[in-house]
Amino acid sequence: MAIIEQPLALGGGAAVAERPLGVMTRPQGGNGWRDWLSSVDHKKIGIMYGVAAMFFFLVGGIEALLIRTQLAFPEQGLLSAQVYNQIYTMHGVTMVFLFIMPLAAAFANYLIPLQIGARDVAFPRLNALSFWIWISGAVFVNSSWIVGGGGADCGWFCYSPNSGVTFSPTHGVDFYALGLLIAGIASLVSAINLIVTVLNMRAPGMSLFRMPVMTWMLLVTQFLLAFALPVITVALFLLLFDRLFDSQFFDPQAGADPLLWQHLFWIFGHPEVYIIILPSFGVVSEVIPTFSRKPIFGYSFMVFSAIAIGFMGWGVWAHHMFVSGIGPISVAAFSMSTMFIAVPTGVKILNWLATMWGGKLRFTTAMLFAVATVAMFTIGGLSGVTHSLAPADTQQTDTYYIVAHFHYVIFGGGVLGLMGGAYFWWPKIFGYMLNERRGKIHFWVMLIGFNLTFGPMHVLGLQGMSRRIDTYSAGYGFEFWNLVSTIGSFTIAVAVAWFLYNVFKSRREAVDLPPPGPDPWDARSLEWSIPSPTPEHNFDEIPTIQSVDDWWYRKYSVDDDHQVTAIATIEEVAQKGDAVGVHLPAPSFWPLVVAVGLPLIGYGLIFNLWLCVVGGMLTAGALFAWALEPVDDPDAAHGHDDSHSDDHDGNDNNGEA
Amino acid sequence: MSTATAAATADTHHDVHDTNTGISNTKLAMWLFLATECLLFGGLISTYLLYKTRGNGAVLPTDVFDIPFTSASSFVLLMSSLTMVLALSAVGRGEMDRGKAWLLVTSMLGGIFIGGQVYEFTSFYREGLGYTTNPASSAFYTLTGFHGVHVSLGIVMLMSLFVAVVQGKLTSKNAETVEIVGLYWHFVDIVWIFIFTVIYLIPAE
Repeated sequence: MAIIEQPLALGGGAAVAERPLGVMTRPQGGNGWRDWLSSVDHKKIGIMYGVAAMFFFLVGGIEALLIRTQLAFPEQGLLSAQVYNQIYTMHGVTMVFLFIMPLAAAFANYLIPLQIGARDVAFPRLNALSFWIWISGAVFVNSSWIVGGGGADCGWFCYSPNSGVTFSPTHGVDFYALGLLIAGIASLVSAINLIVTVLNMRAPGMSLFRMPVMTWMLLVTQFLLAFALPVITVALFLLLFDRLFDSQFFDPQAGADPLLWQHLFWIFGHPEVYIIILPSFGVVSEVIPTFSRKPIFGYSFMVFSAIAIGFMGWGVWAHHMFVSGIGPISVAAFSMSTMFIAVPTGVKILNWLATMWGGKLRFTTAMLFAVATVAMFTIGGLSGVTHSLAPADTQQTDTYYIVAHFHYVIFGGGVLGLMGGAYFWWPKIFGYMLNERRGKIHFWVMLIGFNLTFGPMHVLGLQGMSRRIDTYSAGYGFEFWNLVSTIGSFTIAVAVAWFLYNVFKSRREAVDLPPPGPDPWDARSLEWSIPSPTPEHNFDEIPTIQSVDDWWYRKYSVDDDHQVTAIATIEEVAQKGDAVGVHLPAPSFWPLVVAVGLPLIGYGLIFNLWLCVVGGMLTAGALFAWALEPVDDPDAAHGHDDSHSDDHDGNDNNGEA
Repeated sequence: MSTATAAATADTHHDVHDTNTGISNTKLAMWLFLATECLLFGGLISTYLLYKTRGNGAVLPTDVFDIPFTSASSFVLLMSSLTMVLALSAVGRGEMDRGKAWLLVTSMLGGIFIGGQVYEFTSFYREGLGYTTNPASSAFYTLTGFHGVHVSLGIVMLMSLFVAVVQGKLTSKNAETVEIVGLYWHFVDIVWIFIFTVIYLIPAE
C-alpha cells in the first residue's frame, strides 16, 4: 500500500495544483463530523480509537456479565450451550482485538508523535486508513450476530477441527476469520507507520536512548505486531479456505494435522500477550517516575528488558500446547524458555519498585492504577511461571486456573495500566482533569471487583472446574466461589459505569475550574511542554533534546547529591501553542472509502461473490484515487504568516502519505 | 527567519536527509513491509513442507511437477529483476523513454511468469491435482497462488508507473518511487527462488 500512494507525490507546488484524472481536491480541515471522518490528525485518530475501544469494552463487558450470570449458580439455563459458546468466544475476540489492542493503539497514536517531538506520524493518511479499516473489521465481526447466524463458537483461539464446517456450521467462524483478517491489515499498516515514525521523525537530539520508556514500549509492541500478524494472517487464510473452498488444511480424516493451527495461532498468540501488556508497562513507566519525582530506575535496563521480551516472546509459544502431544523434548525446551522470559519481566518489576524507593510519592488515581498494575501483574506473572512447569500445567490446562492467570495478566496488567494512563493523559488530551476523588473511588471499586472476579477462579481451577463449560452440577464445591466471582464481575461493571460518570461529570465541572495548564502533574516527557489540550500543530517549535526526561531538566536542576532545585516555572518554559502558519497534512476521505470496501469483500465471500466485485472495485478505485489525489492542498492548513518557520526542523515529512 | 511559504514548498519535496535514519519514510516502510512478508511466506512454506507428502492416497504435487517448464518460467521471472534494475537506472538518469520501455518489459516478463503459472495449474489439475485433493495440493496451490497474487500486484504497480511516466507525472526526481516498487519486485523474485528450490527442486522423501 505504501507503494501505491507514492507515484503522484510530486515535488513542487505547480504540479499538484492541476487535478490529475479529475479527482477531488483534498478536503479542508474544519469542524463537525466531516472533519472527523476525513481527519488525518494523529490526535483525532487516537481519540477515535479510544472512544471506539471503550464502546467495544462495553460490548465485551456485557458478554462477560452474561457468562458470569449463567455461572452464578449451578444448572442455570439462561444461555443454551450453543449460545454460551458464542458468547465466551466473542467476549475473548472483542476484548483482545476490539478493546485492548485499539486502546493501546489510541495511546500509541496520540502519544508517540508528541513524545518524540513530531508534528504527526510518518503517513497520516495511512494512519486514518488503519483506524477505519480496524473499525470496519470490528463492525464486521460483530455483524455475525445479526446476519451470520450467531457469533463464532470456537473460542478466541478457534482450534481446529472445532472451527471447521462440520462442527461449526453457522457463518460465525467465517466472520471471525474475515473480520480478524481485516482488522489485521489495520494493525499491520499501523505498526509499519508507527515504526517509521519513531525511527525517522524524532526531534533533533532525540536519540533512541533519549526516548521516553513509553515510546520504547510502544515501539517494541509495533515490531511484535508487524511480525506476529502475518503469521495469524496465514492461519486465518488457511481456515477460511478450508471453510469456503473445501481445502484440506485442518481435516484430520484427509491426513491433515490440526496441530498446524495451534502452532500458527500461538506463534502469533504469544507475542500477542506482549503486544497487550507492553503498552501498559509503558504507561506505568511514565506514571511511577512522575509521581515519585525520580527518574526511572535503570532506564537502559528497562529498554533492553523490553527488547529481550520482544525477542524471547517468539520462543515460548508451545507452552500453550503442553498437553497436545508435542513430545518431551519440545515440552522441556519450551518450559525452559518460559521460565527465562520471566527474568526480563522481573527486571521491570524491580525497576519500578526501585523507582518508587525513596521517592516523594504522590498517590494520585493514575499512580494508584500504576502501582496496582505492578502488583496484579506480578500475581498473574507468578501464576504464569507455574505454567512453565509442564506437569503442573498438565493439571491446570483448560481449567479456570488458566482463566484466572490470563485475566490477572491482561486485565490486571493491561487494562488497569491503560486506565491509569487515561487518568494521567486525560488533561493533555481533553483539556480538563478527571476528578481525583471520584477517580480513587473508581480505582478501589475496580480493584476490589477485579480481585473478587478473578481471584476465586484460581481456587475453582485447582478444584478442577473446567473452562468453557456452560454450567456445572451442584455438589462439586464450585458454588461459593462462582457466586463470589459473579458478584465481582458486577462490581467491575459498577466501576466502569462510575468511570463514565466521572468523565461526564468532570467535564461539566471543568467549566468552573481553572484549566489544567500544560503540565498539571509536573511530569517528565515532551508532551507536557505544550498546552492542554494539544494544539493541532503539536509543537510551536520542535524542541532540541539534550537528555532523557529533557522536559524535566528544563524545569529542574539536579546536583551531585540528587538535590532537585527548580530553575524555571512551567509557564516560563512551556510552549504557548500560538504558532500560526504551520504546515499540516491535508485531510482525506479516501481512507474511509477503502475501509468501506473491505467488509463488502468479506460479505461477498460468505454470501454472494458479486458483492466481492463491488467491494474490490471500491477498494481498488479508492486506492488509486488516494494515490492520485494532490499530495497537499496548497491552501490547506497553513496561512502565510511569516512568524514561524519551524517546520524546517527535521520533521517536516508530515505532508507525505 | 525565512518565510512560511518557502517552508511550505520545502515540505512537499520530502528531502531524504530530513529523516533520522537518512532513509526516506516510504522506503523504510517498504523495507518493513517486506520484512513482515517474510513471515507470511515463511508460514505458507512451512505449511507446505509439513504437508508435502500427505496425499491421502491421491496424486502429490511432486508427482506432477514439470521441472524444465518451471525452470524456464523461473528464469523469465529472474530476468525481470534485471530489467527492473535497468528501468530504475534509466529513470534515475532521466532517460524516460528507456525507463518506460524497461518498465513495460519488466511487467511483460512478470505477465509471462503468471501465464506460465496459469498453464501449470491447469495442467496439474488435468493430471488430477485439484485444490481440494489432499493437504499437499491445498498447501501447494495456496503457497504458489499467494506468490502469484504478489507478482500480479507487482505488475499492477509497474503498469501504474508506466502510465505515470507516459503522462509525464513521473520524472527522474521521483526515481525513488521506481526504486521502492523495485524493492517489492526483487523481494517477490527472491521468494520465488526459495519456493522453486525448496518446493520444486528438493525431492519429497
